[in-house]
Amino acid sequence: MTGGSLAPSAATRVALPGISRLGRIRRLRRPSILRGFVWLYLVWSLAPVALAILFSFNSGSSVTEWQGFSLRWYVGDPYYSVLHDPALHQAVIQTVRLAVLTTVVAVPIGVLFAIGVHRWRSRQASAWTFVMLLAFVMPELIFGVGIFLLLTNLLTFIRLGTTAQFLALVAWNISWPAIIVRARLQSIGAHYEEAARDLGASATGAIRRVLLPLLFPAIFASVVLVFAGVIDDFVIVDLLSSNAQSEPMSVIIYTLGAHGGSAAAPALNALATVMLVMSIVTVAAGWAVYRRLTRGERRRDEGLSLGPLTGA
Amino acid sequence: MMPAAPTTEAGLTQAGPGTRQPRWLWPLLAVPGAVWLAVLFLLPFYVALAVAGGTVNPLFLNAVPIWNPVHWQSGYVRQVFADLFGANAFLGPTVARTLLYVAVASVLCLLIGYPVAYFLARQAGRRKGLYLVAVIAPFWVSYMMRMLAWQNLLQGNGLVNHALIVAHLITQPVNWLSGMPVTVIFGLVYGYVPYVIVVLYAGLDRIDGSLLEAARDLGLGRTRTFLHVTLPLSRQVVYAGALITALPMAGDFYTNTMLSGVPSTTMVGNVISNSLSTPGQGGEGAVLVLFLLIVMLAPMIWYVRSTSRAGIGDVL
Repeated sequence: MTGGSLAPSAATRVALPGISRLGRIRRLRRPSILRGFVWLYLVWSLAPVALAILFSFNSGSSVTEWQGFSLRWYVGDPYYSVLHDPALHQAVIQTVRLAVLTTVVAVPIGVLFAIGVHRWRSRQASAWTFVMLLAFVMPELIFGVGIFLLLTNLLTFIRLGTTAQFLALVAWNISWPAIIVRARLQSIGAHYEEAARDLGASATGAIRRVLLPLLFPAIFASVVLVFAGVIDDFVIVDLLSSNAQSEPMSVIIYTLGAHGGSAAAPALNALATVMLVMSIVTVAAGWAVYRRLTRGERRRDEGLSLGPLTGA
Repeated sequence: MMPAAPTTEAGLTQAGPGTRQPRWLWPLLAVPGAVWLAVLFLLPFYVALAVAGGTVNPLFLNAVPIWNPVHWQSGYVRQVFADLFGANAFLGPTVARTLLYVAVASVLCLLIGYPVAYFLARQAGRRKGLYLVAVIAPFWVSYMMRMLAWQNLLQGNGLVNHALIVAHLITQPVNWLSGMPVTVIFGLVYGYVPYVIVVLYAGLDRIDGSLLEAARDLGLGRTRTFLHVTLPLSRQVVYAGALITALPMAGDFYTNTMLSGVPSTTMVGNVISNSLSTPGQGGEGAVLVLFLLIVMLAPMIWYVRSTSRAGIGDVL
């Protein structure tokens, strides 16, 4: 779409090398202020976290003075290390438990929801889509307090703790797969499924054998986003936790780290680092697999020029 | 490519699969998600109304919701109004403070985020992918860890004070973590600026490059091209960026607790989250959450509608 108007100016540049060189000099000099600003921003944004990671390996209990490398705050210290402190230890387990449970339930529900409202084509379908999007942009505090009031006043048979956290996290995370899969459905269109139906597949067979494989990259992306999102989630799990047993890593960091630090600060840095490694491994592995999944498709598209497939 | 897609797609889907597949199948697929959202997203608002319109058990101090709207009482609402505007209104200053913090922090987020997003969209060149990864990295670092990191740095004997003393900007260590509004606003900016950058980047990247080429070909300089073409075209996305930070910031309570924790910097989010654990105040918490919801509903709906018009994927 840019080709028409871009071509003349590109041609001018090729024809007049003097101007092109001038242009390049200007392009190198002028944005350098901007580039410097971006670098400053990146340092400001990332260095504090890098320092926190560094000091989680400090052998002393200071978070400002380097006293030598050790794994004391991870495994060594008999009281305050992530391995030996029961609260920190339990927090890791709770985070993994919530992330797995939520992903396993929220992604299938969200994917089915997306397929359902996409094909349903009625006023109710668009109303539910709107509700889903509203849940997506609702501030987490309002969302969490609402569920807290629901569970403490109406559905009192569900006690605060892991069950409540799980139910709320699923509701909070349905939107991810729903939005991603819906976008993908819109770009796939209906002809593949129609072809399958013409060749004799049943309605559910066409979904299972044709549509789901096409949706797989989108589903996989949602798995990664939901899993990593739950690891980092704080507000909902904090409002709905009942006791130390149901406090995941983010909540422990908050309760022990609030009001300007505590004696266990290096161990909290270590716990936060464990959390960070979990997110990064999830996202990096997810990204690598996603690239593999979509690689063949990208090449195929070029060959057959199926533009709409990659649209959106 | 984008303008052409909708027409062909509409043509295809009109004769689409809905006609030949059992009609009950699609609603059935959506049922689990719809039920989940109905019970855990829509129903809570009614419960909040019932609690806000309810009374309190004088013995145990727990909220007693009233389910029938006809019998709703105005006790909690009147109490919250008294706390907001009355004689010893402790909530009024909190609300004003929250608005101030959110406004200042949002403006700072935009001032920092716009240049970064502009650079990513227009001038990052071949290293764009690497820059993007670096900018998105904070998304995968827990918010709590990012606040904890600043807690380390801002301590009395922390690196920030060291650096400032070495630079002769201060002589005594500053007590950054005991109720300084500057620290809280700083924390909010640090926490939310990555979100602004991603939203702004998505919008700036979509601006048609040929428009900028045309402006340059017609003799506008770099600065005037930016002022007369890029900036007006990005107005919508600047609003979206401001909104995507201001909404969660207004309900933020953890930044304040991690970096200050002193009543003098209390925000509305703190009052709400504290009310849940304080006996006898559940009703007031419910009223405050409903107030917050009413204030935020219009911008939220605007955001959902403007982004779904631009393409559903951009809500992200």
